[in-house]
Amino acid sequence: MPKDGGIGASTKRREDIRFLTGTGNYTDDINIRGQAYVHFLRSDVAHGRIKGIDTAEAEKMPGVVRIFTGADFEGVGGIPCGWQVTDRHGAPMQEPAHPVLAQGKVRHVGDPIAAVVAESREQARDAAEAIEVDIEDLPAVIDMKAALEDDAPKVHDDLSSNLCFDWGFVEENREAVDKAIKEAHHVTTLELINQRMVANPMEPRVVVGDYKRANDESTLYTTSQNPHVIRLLMGAFVLGIPEHKLRVVAPDVGGGFGSKIFHYAEEAFCTFAARKLARPVKWTCTRSEAFMTDAHGRDHVTKIELALDKDGKFLAIRTDTHANMGAYLSTFAPSVPTWLHGTLMAGNYTTPLIYVNVKAVFTNTVPVDAYRGAGRPEATFQLERVIDKAAREMEIDPVELRRKNFVREFPYATPVAVEYDTGDYDATLDRLLEMIDRDGFAARRAEAAKRGKLRGLGINCYIEACGIAPSNLVGQLGARAGLYESATVRVNATGSISVFTGSHSHGQGHETSFAQVMSEMIGIPAEQIDIVHGDTANSPMGMGTYGSRSIAVGGSAMVRATEKIIGKARKIAAHLMEAAEGDIEFKDGQFTVAGTDKAVAWGDVCLAAYVPHNYPLEELEPGLEETAFYDPANFTYPAGAYAAEVEVDPETGKVTVCGFAAADDFGNVINPMIVEGQVHGGLAQGIGQALLEGCVYDESGQLISGSYMDYAMPRADDFPAFRVDHSCATPCTHNPLGVKGCGEAGAIGSPPAIVNAVVDALQGGGIDVTHIDMPLSPGRVWQAIQGAN
Amino acid sequence: MYNFEFERPSTVEDAVRALAGDEAQALGGGQTLIPTLKQRLAMPSKLVSLTGIDSIRGVCVADDGAVCVGGATTHATVAREAAAAYPALAALAGQIGDPAVRNRGTIGGSLANNDPSACYPAAALGSGATIVTNAREIAADDYFQGMFETALEEGEIITEVRFPVPQAASYQKFDQPASRFALVGVFVARFAEGVRVAVTGASAEGVFRWHEAEAALAKNFAADALKGLSLSADGMIGDMHGTPEYRAHLAGVLAARAVAAA
Repeated sequence: MPKDGGIGASTKRREDIRFLTGTGNYTDDINIRGQAYVHFLRSDVAHGRIKGIDTAEAEKMPGVVRIFTGADFEGVGGIPCGWQVTDRHGAPMQEPAHPVLAQGKVRHVGDPIAAVVAESREQARDAAEAIEVDIEDLPAVIDMKAALEDDAPKVHDDLSSNLCFDWGFVEENREAVDKAIKEAHHVTTLELINQRMVANPMEPRVVVGDYKRANDESTLYTTSQNPHVIRLLMGAFVLGIPEHKLRVVAPDVGGGFGSKIFHYAEEAFCTFAARKLARPVKWTCTRSEAFMTDAHGRDHVTKIELALDKDGKFLAIRTDTHANMGAYLSTFAPSVPTWLHGTLMAGNYTTPLIYVNVKAVFTNTVPVDAYRGAGRPEATFQLERVIDKAAREMEIDPVELRRKNFVREFPYATPVAVEYDTGDYDATLDRLLEMIDRDGFAARRAEAAKRGKLRGLGINCYIEACGIAPSNLVGQLGARAGLYESATVRVNATGSISVFTGSHSHGQGHETSFAQVMSEMIGIPAEQIDIVHGDTANSPMGMGTYGSRSIAVGGSAMVRATEKIIGKARKIAAHLMEAAEGDIEFKDGQFTVAGTDKAVAWGDVCLAAYVPHNYPLEELEPGLEETAFYDPANFTYPAGAYAAEVEVDPETGKVTVCGFAAADDFGNVINPMIVEGQVHGGLAQGIGQALLEGCVYDESGQLISGSYMDYAMPRADDFPAFRVDHSCATPCTHNPLGVKGCGEAGAIGSPPAIVNAVVDALQGGGIDVTHIDMPLSPGRVWQAIQGAN
Repeated sequence: MYNFEFERPSTVEDAVRALAGDEAQALGGGQTLIPTLKQRLAMPSKLVSLTGIDSIRGVCVADDGAVCVGGATTHATVAREAAAAYPALAALAGQIGDPAVRNRGTIGGSLANNDPSACYPAAALGSGATIVTNAREIAADDYFQGMFETALEEGEIITEVRFPVPQAASYQKFDQPASRFALVGVFVARFAEGVRVAVTGASAEGVFRWHEAEAALAKNFAADALKGLSLSADGMIGDMHGTPEYRAHLAGVLAARAVAAA
């Protein structure tokens, strides 16, 4: 049994008290004396040349402080990209300029043309409407394949084409993969679309820029998942403000799902404008604006081929993917369809030969970047869909086909450059099968048929790579940053503790789960421990939260710092008890001398550190505060098996999810309740992608799913009660907590389960449909049924 | 939103007077108008709220049995108070939007707006309701005149909607996945003198009667009677949620289900 508040306890989330009682401190709650408001005038065309901007009338409007245009940012840096991909032929990707405000051209609906700073939001908006912009419409490129045609209009005139890069992985495998596919007993081919998604965090983005002339210091308050990264990117690459004069604060943040990782133009604008005007400048994004400015996710078009021998053993995989970058390169965009996608194409299986080709394409759409799972859902979806299709074609049970090919020996080096440290894919699959009563499915299908419904069961596995990552490795792969994490553990004189972490919580519950780890290590109640994050002024340089990395990397940094604390405290305790350091034992907040009844409490040791009257000052500094930076040795590899049971109404095409089960291996678990909540949220987003959500542009580049009237966000009543399990744990072998991360699994593993289940339902009803592109809306499912009939 | 004047009169007469000015706009529950204003897609000089007029709120049953709903009555009130007298109408009202929408949105607002995907137009047309205004009475068959078009004159206020109560009725709604407006909704009502079938959500012209289905059901009020009947996809709405063919098909499916459920 876990201790109260220690590792393994389902401690209720301490942060929820302030969230649920309206006492959270979100960026929009921050208002600074003298603050002005900015409204961005945004392009309503997808592609156009700016021939003139006349602000004369607008300047005269009431309350206007100043109007900025792209011309004000000449000589200022552009929004940088944080990852450089090298293409198949060894050339660097094409990297276009990304000005803070449009210069010369607008390249997507929502691209900012001008920014009006005024005394009130409404005045700023009124004045923006009075700006006259002369834009020459240019033909827009929306479809990726059309964008690569020779005569396609170019998104960036100074680039050679709309191709950002053509990436091959592993390039040396290319010929061997081609040969294996050519010679294989059976090849299953599937063409599919992983549709464009909008992250839609509950809290839209908000920015407040502040500037204090007295000490020449800028402060940016922003809805970010990684304030230090924003400080680095904006300070060094855009505005040229050194770190010691730039503070970035990301206070309570209401969800991110990836979309708040990136450095956005509005952050640079408000910081810049605050310096120019010497007054605070605030921007609050509307939901409509969020649809056309938050980085989108996914948007891959893929052809995958799986070669099998006569027994169903996987021989080779070849994929050809077009990945949409949108109009500009968002912070980590190039890494998503490459290193976060290609490296996962082995899945849970021993396929010896894999070749992944990705063409990244510029289009006149909102930039695309990481969204919950980032590359790994795309990999998992292709692989688990093509396996299901292969099973049907070869008349092999889809579960057995997967088992035939499982990786069972660890560590396992895949042919796509990663090494799985540990796992047990049979265990999670067995557990899943126990959860779903597969044997009873035939009876459930028969019962549904009596009601005129087609019932289907979809099962799949998944693996993901979390805890990004060894810095030296990602450096070789093109990352322009390190990916360690940091923590400072400050023990106060009375023994209470403040932990300053570089991880950032925007819904994950770090304040609770990190405190549980500390409570377990020190043996004091979690209530005496605070987890502080989100402010570059108090935390050491950290890389933030994404890719399910917080507990695996940030938690490990905290453990390392705490080990230093305990090491020093042990020395102090030895001195206080006049014993040899080697004889000191530490348990439950008590230092004891082995074999004696001598004891000194944690609090007394802490007091001695800060009131060092009886203290080994010659050997030891006073105080009890330590910092650690942790750079992981490898990724972590959560894995599992998921199952969806659905019913299709063949008359309307409507899909109802009747049951969903998830058996995950997250390694060790700190707070089971929080982990289950993370899985539930991931499932909601993954099933949402499979059935409901989808960002749609028309041919001219207008965003026709630009509000909740057309972008179908999942609601609670779209889902059954989820059954989740994380009992099959193989602890990570290379981090001190044995943890793997759980934030993205649900979104990665669930889309193929749903699509597999719908295809199974239709096939079970004698309707020969082999694939439907997401979202499986009623209209699309009905259309597929008509096509088959 | 742009600035506007605001009035909340307590009588229909005062409301009519307030609406007489230039660019004045009546405000019901605001479920369409307020978002439109927030997007700055409309710029009325004055909003005249109808929610303060007690005489046009509430549900009652007239001597002839008709269910009379005041124009400013919320969907939630109809769902609750019409349940005994006209269950199909109450059920329709109870499926509009979510609780927040149902407690603000009004029947008069919905009918005056005549959104092609709204539910109430199907009930009004399917029931052969009478739209009562401050000036006159309009039969539902004359009232709906195309997408967002009605017989209402400028400044005319819906004070009451009078629903004859059928012997049997049902409304079957198929949700558009995002908005949960009707992708298609079909209201079927059987009266002593005949059957009425009204389809919403499907046509670019807004709510319409499916006369062919009405004739078939008048002879035999059973789902089977609709077999072999189909609507043409011509003129149906096509968008990211469904093709014209899909909508035409759904209307048939939902009509049969409505007959079975009535």
